[in-house]
Amino acid sequence: MNSPIVLALTHLSLVLLLVAALWAVIGPQARGRHIFFGVLLLASLSALVAGLGALLGHTASAEYPALGLPWLHWHLTLDPLAGFFLALIGLISTAVSLYGPDYLLEHRHDRTALGHLGFFTALFVLGMELVVLAGDAFAFMVAWELMSLASYFLVVFRHEQAANRRAAFLYLLMAQIGGLFILLGFGVLASFGGGFAFDAMREAVLSPLWASVAFGLAFVGFGMKAGLVPLHAWLPEAHPVAPSHVSALMSGVMLKVAVYGFIRFVFDLIGDLQWQWGVVVLAVGSVSALMGVLYALMQHDLKRLLAYHSVENIGIIFIGLGLGIIFLASGQPLPGVLGLVAALYHCLNHALFKSLLFLGAGAILHTSHERDLERMGGLLRRMPWTGLFFLVGCLSISALPPFNGFVSEWLTFQTALQAWSLEGGVMRSLIPIAAAMLALTGALAAACFVKVYGVAFLWQARSRPVRRARPTPLGMRLGQGLLALLCLLAGVFPTGLLQLLDAVPQQLFGQGLTEATAHGWLWLTPLSARTASYAAPIVVIALAAVWLLGVWWLRRLAVNRIRVYDPWDCGFASSIPRPSMQYTATAFTQPIRRIFGVLFHLDERVERGEEIRYQLQVGDRAWGLFYQPVERIIRAAARRIGFLQSGQVRVYLGGALMTLLVLLWLIS
Amino acid sequence: MADLLNSPAAWGLALVQGLLFLLAAPLLTAWVRRVKARLQNRRGAPLLQPYRDLYKLFAKEAMVARTTSGLFLAAPYIVFGSTLLAGAVVPLLAVNLPTAAIADVIVLAGFFALGRFFLTLAGMDAGTAFGGMGASREMLVSALAEPALLMAVFTLAMTAHSTNLSSVVAYQLDAGLVLRPSYLFALLGLVLVAIAETGRIPVDNPATHLELTMIHEAMILEYSGRHLALMEGAAQLKLMIYGVLISNIFFPWGIATEFTPAALLLGLVAITAKLALLGVLLAVAETVLAKMRLFRAPEFLNMALLFSVLGLLSHVILEVGA
Repeated sequence: MNSPIVLALTHLSLVLLLVAALWAVIGPQARGRHIFFGVLLLASLSALVAGLGALLGHTASAEYPALGLPWLHWHLTLDPLAGFFLALIGLISTAVSLYGPDYLLEHRHDRTALGHLGFFTALFVLGMELVVLAGDAFAFMVAWELMSLASYFLVVFRHEQAANRRAAFLYLLMAQIGGLFILLGFGVLASFGGGFAFDAMREAVLSPLWASVAFGLAFVGFGMKAGLVPLHAWLPEAHPVAPSHVSALMSGVMLKVAVYGFIRFVFDLIGDLQWQWGVVVLAVGSVSALMGVLYALMQHDLKRLLAYHSVENIGIIFIGLGLGIIFLASGQPLPGVLGLVAALYHCLNHALFKSLLFLGAGAILHTSHERDLERMGGLLRRMPWTGLFFLVGCLSISALPPFNGFVSEWLTFQTALQAWSLEGGVMRSLIPIAAAMLALTGALAAACFVKVYGVAFLWQARSRPVRRARPTPLGMRLGQGLLALLCLLAGVFPTGLLQLLDAVPQQLFGQGLTEATAHGWLWLTPLSARTASYAAPIVVIALAAVWLLGVWWLRRLAVNRIRVYDPWDCGFASSIPRPSMQYTATAFTQPIRRIFGVLFHLDERVERGEEIRYQLQVGDRAWGLFYQPVERIIRAAARRIGFLQSGQVRVYLGGALMTLLVLLWLIS
Repeated sequence: MADLLNSPAAWGLALVQGLLFLLAAPLLTAWVRRVKARLQNRRGAPLLQPYRDLYKLFAKEAMVARTTSGLFLAAPYIVFGSTLLAGAVVPLLAVNLPTAAIADVIVLAGFFALGRFFLTLAGMDAGTAFGGMGASREMLVSALAEPALLMAVFTLAMTAHSTNLSSVVAYQLDAGLVLRPSYLFALLGLVLVAIAETGRIPVDNPATHLELTMIHEAMILEYSGRHLALMEGAAQLKLMIYGVLISNIFFPWGIATEFTPAALLLGLVAITAKLALLGVLLAVAETVLAKMRLFRAPEFLNMALLFSVLGLLSHVILEVGA
């Protein structure tokens, strides 16, 4: 069903983003950022509404002869799959638009900084929306590059520091290599399908070998952008150095756009799935989830830690996708669809709670200029609202009921538990191992966020700026509060969301999860009522009832006073313990570091001089095992072909001529 | 599903079962202590002692460290509430109760995780070294124990094609006694997890406050009065839940499948006998074994995880096709 309103809203969103970008450059300085973020808010809201409209069945498509090449017009397609991700982009950038003006308060007199940030933020969001909306590979790649380049300029925002420039360059390099892989992947599909439009690619008939080649290219390309291990190295470098609201967009939304690309490419365009792909995706996803959370545990830079958690959550999403491919390819559409829906649900959840956590980290950064956990402490009393919202984020990302992260992990587990219906022994035994890794990941994530919350928000501050932290301004609180509320709602009312999400598998495979919501809004029954059920609203009501009854009953006790006194500490402390005596983030994870020691590159030093000094560096094993060998190979190859570089123009011209001749011979 | 959910009698029974859980939990703890005392040639406290302790704690004034935040006061309610909720969904006397449909076994693990999250945060809130140490160790233990728990129950869930605890138990009843290798592994894994998660010897020692290796007691060190009572109550409930899980999933015989007084009475007698036996076994194990060093605990837990995964693998490889 083609809806002109949805199309108009989509256009409105895109145009408003262009306006916002222009305004950032030419707009007047005084209060300019409020207008900028106001326009961004409108654009985000219209994207959100358009996306929801598409999910509800009001799709849209258009062709633009004016754009693109004369024989290769740009297409815009807003189907339910695109609609879901468009709504996701709109949702998170809505929260970011509320959060932004106050966050950028310190830059209010800096015309260049605001212009720079505003211009590229608007282009970044525009790029992401266009990627999702693109209806052909040409428009897709242009939008993809727009997204990559705009985010590069946002990462390099604080370019005075060499480390930031290095991080941004690494990001740009990997984004470009990833883009190349995607381009080649589209090339394979386009040559078989006879056109760059997605409709033509969908019709392409590929041999299994070529389909696998296309899949491999897409997996590497999109996996690089999504941050799958071992292609994640740019992520923990780039996300921390960007301004926090941009980190929220990058981690919460841009990684999802890469997931969108993967889903569109594999589930929609290639079409005929092969179970071996699912095994690869599942294995890489599991490793990413586990390694992501283990490395996150070792970090004490809050934003870096959150970036590693993105690796973990992307891993969880790809576990769902891998399960989906395996089941769909083995002729089990119902669990397959469940795996895909679990992955989509986790996309939404991760976008919500990760953006929430990044905005929280930004709030701390805003008031105390501190990213290091070891110097935080006691922030719950200094900034209660941010503390509360951050707690919601921690509970959600740790997959605890009744919050949203739990629902998607539960759905992923339910998919994995259908492994008995598969034929091959490889898959049947691989899936339980992946499920075990997912369970381990969840438990470790909880450990990590106990660490984060306990060290940063509880007890006493460990440094002067944190001790003087001030409550968060209203706009920033609104942005975080919106996301926190949505985290809770998405956890308590999963049936409603699943009904919305159902449009995506309906579009892709003509089959949905009809049984999941068959027993009313209260009961989530993904496959059947007998297999499993979960009633999140009842859980919330029961928890609240226990609390209220308990409080009411205890109020009636003879003694219900609370006396506030010094901590007891087993009688050891003669007075109140000092802040330096509390457990640090590094100390908290020491037991886990000891158990999983082989997986890290540890550099631990104890200097015994006048005073004992302890130093610990945790390096990423991926550098030594993957990147450095690759770098060595490239260097060696470059040396080998270096003899071509003779410095004589004649030789170069000869080479160019030869290449031309060979190419002409090839195509003749 | 609908007929089950609309039956008020079933809901009433479920409520009674939850209350029974609540009331019986201290008794199980007392029983274990009593048997242990006898094994050590002591007379031991009477079986009502934990009730008296809880009553005493509720009657006392609560002391709160001035370095804590609001989370410290809220945590006992959340810990207790989530543990009670976990207890409410475990089939104790009868299967097919409506509460079992609210949450399956993954949600059960989630309830435990929720309680643990707030327990550890509360331990860290006062900022004392003991609290941080206990929290760090608890997270270490649970990070390894939680996957082992899930894998152990997944073995049964895959056999029964359901993660619903009630369905699993009902399936076991129907299938009768079939000795499968996967069950044996899962049982071993679950027992080890239960020992670790309820803080028993050899992982933790519930009877000590002043030992550098302590875990659970270190986290609740700053609590007193009613807050301590709630925390202690939650720990007792947790022991009971694990006991019921082990006895009713692996040895479901006697549990009521229909809601008649005779069947329910039989169910009550059966679960009492099973828990009493388990309590004796636990007491014997705690008397014979010594507490391990903390860094031996991961080996213990890795063994639990290994058993559970082996159970799951032997199920999918050996038993599914056959």
